[in-house]
Formats: sequence, structure tokens, C-alpha cells
Amino acid sequence: MENWSLFSLCVLLGLTSRWAVSFHSYSGAGKPPMFGDYEAQRHWQEVTYNLPVHEWYFNTTNNDLNYWGLDYPPLTAYHSLVCAYVAKLLNPEWVELHASRGYESHSHKLFMRATVLFTDILIYIPAVLLYCFYFCDGSSKQKVATALCILLYPGLILIDYGHFQYNSVSLGLALWGILGLGLGWDLFGSLAFTLALNYKQMELYHSLPFFCYLLGKCIKQGLIGRGFFQLAKISLTVLVTFALCWMPFLSDPKQPLQVLHRLFPFGRGLFEDKVANTWCSLNVLIKIKTLLSRETQLFLSFALTLLFILPSSLKLLSKPNLWQFKLALVNSSLAFFLFSFQVHEKSILLAALPVCLVINEIPLIAIWFLLTSTFSMLPLLVKDGLLLPYVVTSLAFLFLSLYLLSALERSTEEELRLGLYRKLTRHWLPKLNLSRIIKWKFWFSLVAMAALSFTSVWLEPPAKFPDLFPVLVSILSFLHFLGFIIYFNLVQLMEPQRKKSQKKTN
Amino acid sequence: TVMAAPMTNDQSWFYALALGVSFLKCLLINAYHSTDFEVHRNWLALTHSLPVSQWYYEATSEWTLDYPPLFAWFEYGLSHIACFFDKEMLVVPNLNYASPATVLFQRLSVIVADVVFFYAVKECCKCLREDKGKDLLGKPSFILTVLLLWNFGLLIVDHIHFQYNGFLFGVLLLSIARHCQNRHFEGAFLFSVLLNLKHIYLYIAPAYGIYLLRCFCFTQSNADGSLQWRSFSVVRLVILGTIVLSTFAVSFGPFIALPALFKIWHRPNGARGFLRCLVICALGSFMFGWHVHEKAIMMAILPLSLLAVDSRKDAGIFLMLSVTSHYSLFPLLFTTQELPIKIFLMLLFTIFSLASLKTLFRKGGALLNPLEVTYLLGLIPLELICEFVYPLTVWQKTFPFLPLMLTSVYCALGVTYAFIRLYISLLTCSDTTKKTKMQ
Repeated sequence: MENWSLFSLCVLLGLTSRWAVSFHSYSGAGKPPMFGDYEAQRHWQEVTYNLPVHEWYFNTTNNDLNYWGLDYPPLTAYHSLVCAYVAKLLNPEWVELHASRGYESHSHKLFMRATVLFTDILIYIPAVLLYCFYFCDGSSKQKVATALCILLYPGLILIDYGHFQYNSVSLGLALWGILGLGLGWDLFGSLAFTLALNYKQMELYHSLPFFCYLLGKCIKQGLIGRGFFQLAKISLTVLVTFALCWMPFLSDPKQPLQVLHRLFPFGRGLFEDKVANTWCSLNVLIKIKTLLSRETQLFLSFALTLLFILPSSLKLLSKPNLWQFKLALVNSSLAFFLFSFQVHEKSILLAALPVCLVINEIPLIAIWFLLTSTFSMLPLLVKDGLLLPYVVTSLAFLFLSLYLLSALERSTEEELRLGLYRKLTRHWLPKLNLSRIIKWKFWFSLVAMAALSFTSVWLEPPAKFPDLFPVLVSILSFLHFLGFIIYFNLVQLMEPQRKKSQKKTN
Repeated sequence: TVMAAPMTNDQSWFYALALGVSFLKCLLINAYHSTDFEVHRNWLALTHSLPVSQWYYEATSEWTLDYPPLFAWFEYGLSHIACFFDKEMLVVPNLNYASPATVLFQRLSVIVADVVFFYAVKECCKCLREDKGKDLLGKPSFILTVLLLWNFGLLIVDHIHFQYNGFLFGVLLLSIARHCQNRHFEGAFLFSVLLNLKHIYLYIAPAYGIYLLRCFCFTQSNADGSLQWRSFSVVRLVILGTIVLSTFAVSFGPFIALPALFKIWHRPNGARGFLRCLVICALGSFMFGWHVHEKAIMMAILPLSLLAVDSRKDAGIFLMLSVTSHYSLFPLLFTTQELPIKIFLMLLFTIFSLASLKTLFRKGGALLNPLEVTYLLGLIPLELICEFVYPLTVWQKTFPFLPLMLTSVYCALGVTYAFIRLYISLLTCSDTTKKTKMQ
């Protein structure tokens, strides 16, 4: 079959599953007074449409920041504004100032879901297709299979089309950035990534690898001469993009400061709710949230994050190619997720995106990670009433990706890049079959995740520990993520990628 | 003739396709469902709560039991599992009861019953002529599996609108497969089971009757394929007697199919001829029958898929018929929420069938002539007008049924064209492979 028909079938399957998930409930459905993320997005449409720009991020009589105040950078606000114009055309009640608070109706839900689908088709899906087309080895069938697996990643579908968010915009723009860099279009890539950064500040998790990659490239081209020129062009592109995005806010020095204050709420504490990172898990044993002062917490978080991202970034700086870049993205976002301040469970999607990009090279580990990332969001999904789509999309992803990418067959020690582990254990455990151990661990972990999913839905937690199941989910996911960050760091720092798969060395 | 084929060693792709479509069906659990959902809930309730003698008299709900007894027993069996989901759905006065557990149970019952369909498709693939050494996407069995398992009509009628066609068509396809494998007793038995599950299959009973009478009861043919009267087997006739009797159906369809039936009698062309006749009976009854539902077109499309992966001409007719009739099913799902789903799935199935059949028969020119292509492309503006443009005009209030009429008329052209072409191809097909002795 021709390429175009295979790719279009793949896209149609992705679109169908997305829209089918959107039939289900969204965050905060029918739960006054605060509702959820869905209401937050609707509220931002209301605010951006009815109020002047200089009031968007400020607490005024018309804009109560305690009720879902804007806490994303300006591009999100502009996007909400555009959606609000469309909403006004369809039904003005949806964005009526004050009166539309908590507005819920079937047609409104369709409209909101359609906005997600629209930006997905525009930004994320083309990026995935182009990535697979240009940077996947193998036959066109292999490329289409990879594209399908990436498009069927449950975490992103459930959060965007279930819980309700626009992660496909920021992740899509970041992916365009990676594409640009991979194809050697540095300026385009920098532009795309800067836009991503201006859409959601969490993209900062990806910023260090982008920086190190570009810097490393420029250094290779010679800091005196072409390299310097290139660096200057890139910096100029980034600065101009920032300036354009923030232009309405640059008239008054108070504005950008307030925006930054909203974007980085250090006052909200080390973590909120249950999230599968170090601090939340540590808090179960030692109450660090109350034991240590805010400054110490900040320092500790900063230090550990830096500790984990430094080796990966330095390696990327010295060897700026696509493979190192992708791994650095994984390591950087995982490090931030595990050790940073005020992390939300949805931020795991930032690590999931680069892992999707290595799904063709290390299928088994990537699939394992992607399933764990979905599982780690289980408490959130159950709260939103998304249990059925969670089960169906996770199982579908598991079986289809294992089948399409032959993940279990492609799991020899060499393919799993376990060279270092092999070297370490060669002396005292020479007969160890690492490949088989990994596969057993994989299945065991899946069983554990399935069992915990089942129990957290069907069983009642004991009265003394009402949060038992979310905590168990967080801790189990945390342990997995810890293992993954060590693995990916070792892969990046130790093994060179196989020569034949290195398509573009920029 | 027996369409035998060596089996491919690795069958994992079949399970991947079956599992994939099942997952998709699970995602559609919370989609719109029609009044047919209440129909089946009512039947669950009345078979569970009432004694058998009352089943066909019960009329609290307007949706009285109008399927044959075997289907009623099927619902009775299901009702025993339904107890574990929500006992309230089994209470007859609970009209339009649709709790989440009820929806989940009913949807799951359709999805699980489709296992019969999966098995039947697997058996049908065995009857195909296989080309060794072809890559997976070009194998006729792979293409047929996708065309059947991922059939657009079945997906939207069974898993959104709500019906049990998958399971019923599974029985039909299994019966056809058994005939192709020369296991005629099983085939005939399965068909009589099918008739007792849903009487709409009477439309194709003539094809069965005449074919079996001709090829099964007369155990031998002459060298040129014509009848050898002396080889008549009374035993076989008696066994098949019940089925032959039921060929005298109510609708006009069988009479329209008369020439085709004569042809089958006179010069049967083995299993392929039987299939062709079956499709014509189904299509004829669809076109000229009494109180026909648009869903009845499925009875022609599914068996035609088997012919489509086997011959060029049939592939061309299949493309025309399937695209047109799938489009004609669009008015079944009229809700805005389901609009993207029906468009995506329609595109999915159409692109797959076009691309795969084109690749399968790439030698020998295009499958569709320019006129046919233009007709099919015309469906796109038709959809845009009917579903997007028309509702915004003033005529929506005064002539609300105009889009439906346009759809029906336009699709009728395509269906009629396909019917005529099929008929002609049956009447003019050459009688090769006539030296076989029929068992």
C-alpha cells in the first residue's frame, strides 16, 4: 500500500480514538463551586475576551485571581482569546463576564472538545508524522507503526481529551522545535521552542537540552567565526520572539513582574496533592514539607535537580547529535519532574514526549515508561471519571505497541543498551541473563500496576489512611521513574548509538 | 470448486486486528445509542421475568418482541448475566432505563458476541486463494480481515446505533465458509439457525435453497456442468427439505432474483456463483422488498467482501457499493457528537479498501472508471451540503427532510448501478472448472 494511505489510516485511527475519549467526562464536571481545569479554560476565554490586556494577570474587581486566575504565559491567553471569539459567535452565554461561571452544557462541551481537536490536528499530529517520516529508520511500514504508537500514547489523549488541557499545543510546538533542530533548521527550531515556552512555562524542563545542543553545535562550528554568528542569530530569534509574545505586557514594568509571579508560584510550596516525585514520596517517611524551611526546600530542590541534569547536559554539549539530544530531553525533564518545585502529576507528559521519540530505538523500555506515566496519573483520572478510557487506551497501547514494534523480540542486551550493566555484573554474576530479567521485571511491574489500579477503584481505603491508594500509586510510579532516570542517564552517558541508525549528525 | 489455501504460519496479525477493533468498540461505549438500545433492554426484561408462553404477547413497551424464538433465547441467556450488572434493567415496567451499568452491560454483550464474527472471518480467510511470498498488507486474507472486522457499517450500526448484527453476520459468514469448504450439512444447519435468529435472512434463502438443491442433492454434474438427473439423492433432499421450503418468502426480492436462481440451477459456478447469487438475493430484496431498513444493505456488503478480494470486477463493484451504502448509513447517526466519528471511520474504511484493493489488483488498469470515481467523489459535496450548509439555510425549517431525500436518491443511483452490474456478471460469467464431481 502506498505511503500516503498508510499514514492517513494512522492519523484517522489516532483521531478516532481521541474523539471517542472526548465523549467521556472532564475535570470538575458538575462539581461546583470550583469545578476543574475545564472550567479554568472556559474562564480564561471569558477573562481574555471581556477584559483589557493589562488586567488579565492582575487581581481586580472583575478578575478574581483566586478563581482560576491565569497562570500560563501570554500565548495561552492569546489562544483563549481566539477561542473566545469563536465561542461568542456560537453562543455568547459561554463567555459572559461573571454570568458564565460554571457554565456547563452538551453543546459547550462539544465546542471545547473541538478546540482541542483543532489545535491537535494543526500542531501536534503533523509534527509527529514529520518526525516519523524523517527520523525513523526502517521501511515505511515501520515508520507508520511508530507514528501510530506515538499517536496512541494514552497519557496525552486522556489529559487533553478527557481531563481537558491543551498539552498538544506546547508539546507539539516543542516537537516542531526538535524537528527543526534535527533537520538543521536551527532558527526555525529555536522559534518553535520559544513559542512552546511562551505557551506553557513547564517547557523550561526542556530548555536546557535545547540550549546545550545549540551551544554545542555553535562551538563545533568554531566560536570565532561561523559558530559565533549562528549563536548570535539564534539568540536574536529567541529574544525577538519573546518580545513579540510579551509585547502587550512590556509597556509597564509592573506587568511582566506580575506575570512572572503568576507563572512561578513559589508561595504554593514544595508540592501539592499527590505526585510521583521525590519530595512527595519522601514526605511519607519524613515530613520534609513541615520540617525544613522554605529556603532549605528551595535550595535542596535546586541542588538535586542541578545534580541530575548537569552530566546529561554536559555530555550533550560535547556531542550535539540528535540521539544525544533526545536522551538529554528525557533526562532533563525527568530530573525536573522528580526534584523540582511545585510539580504537578501532569508534568510527566513533558518526559513522555521525548520517550515517544526513542520508542523505535528502545521499544520495550519506552513502552514501559509510557505505560507507567499513564498509570501515575490514575488518581487524577479516576477523580475525573475517566476509568473506562484509561483502561481501554492503556491496554490498547500496550498490546498494539508491543505487537507493531516487536518490542519483546527486540530486547537483547545490546538492543536494550545494557552494556554498562553487563560490565558491572560480569565479575560476580557472569551467567546473568539481563534481557530475561528485564522482561520479567516488565511483566511483574505491569501486573503490579494493574493490581493497584484495580484495588484503588474497587476497594475502600481504611479509615485511618483515606489517601492510601493515591499514595501507593505515587510511590510505585516514583520508584519506576527513579529506575528510568538512572537507566536513561546511563544510556546517554555511556553507549554510543549504533552507527547505522545515525541519520543526521548535526 | 473448493477454494482451498495453505494457512499462513504467523496468525498474530489477525489477533492484533481483532483486539484493536475491540478496543475501539470499548471506547465507543458511551456514544449515542438509538431506541434499539431500549428495544433490547425490553427483550432482556421480558425474557427474564415472564414465562415463555407470554414472550410474544407482552406489550407493556411499544417495542414488542419481533425476532424469531432463537434470538429470544439468546436474550434470555444474556439476562442471566445482566443480573450481575444492574437488576433494575430486567424489570419490564422500567421503560427507557439506561443506567451506566446497563449501558456497559449491553455494549459489552455486543462486543463479546462479535467473537462469533471473528471466528467466522477466520474461517472465511481459509477459503481464499493465497499468494505465497506477498507482504502482509497485500495478502488477500489480511485485506479481507480488515474489510470485515473493521467494516464501517457494522461499527456504526452495532456499536453506536446499537444492534447485534456482528454476531448474526458471523453465523452467516460461517455458513458460507462451511459451504466453501464443502461441509454442506454444517452450512445448511448454520443457515437455519440464522433464520431462527433473525428472519430478515429469508431474503437470501432462495440462493441457499436452489444452490443446495442443485449442487448437493444432485451429487454429480455432467462434463459441461449441466444437470445429471440420475444422480439425485433423496436422502439429501429430505435433510435439506426444511430449508428449501422456506424459499417461498414474503417479499418481492426472491422473484426479482429469479433469473439469477435459474442461472445457478442451470450452470452453477461453485461456491463463487453461490456467493454471487446470495449477494444478488440480498440486494434485490433490499431494493424491492417491503419495509426495508437501511441497515439491510449490510447483508449484501459483507458477503461481497469475500468476492472482492478474489476478482477484479467484483472488487470494482464492491468499492462502488460499499462506499455508497456506507454513506447511506450516515443519517442513522444524526447527533453532532458522533459526526467526527462517522466521518473518520468512513474515511478509514474507504481509504483502506481503495488502497488495498488497488494494490491487490494493480496489474490490469484501474478498478474504477472515471464516471464511477466522479460519482463517489460527489459524495463529498453532498455531505457538506446536507450536514453543514443546509442546516444554516432558511429551508431547514420548511423542508427539513430534503437532505435525507437527497442522500437516499443519490445513493440509490449507486446501489442500483452495482446491482445491475452484479446481475450481469453472474449471468455472463464463464463456466470454468466444471469437471469437478460435487460431493
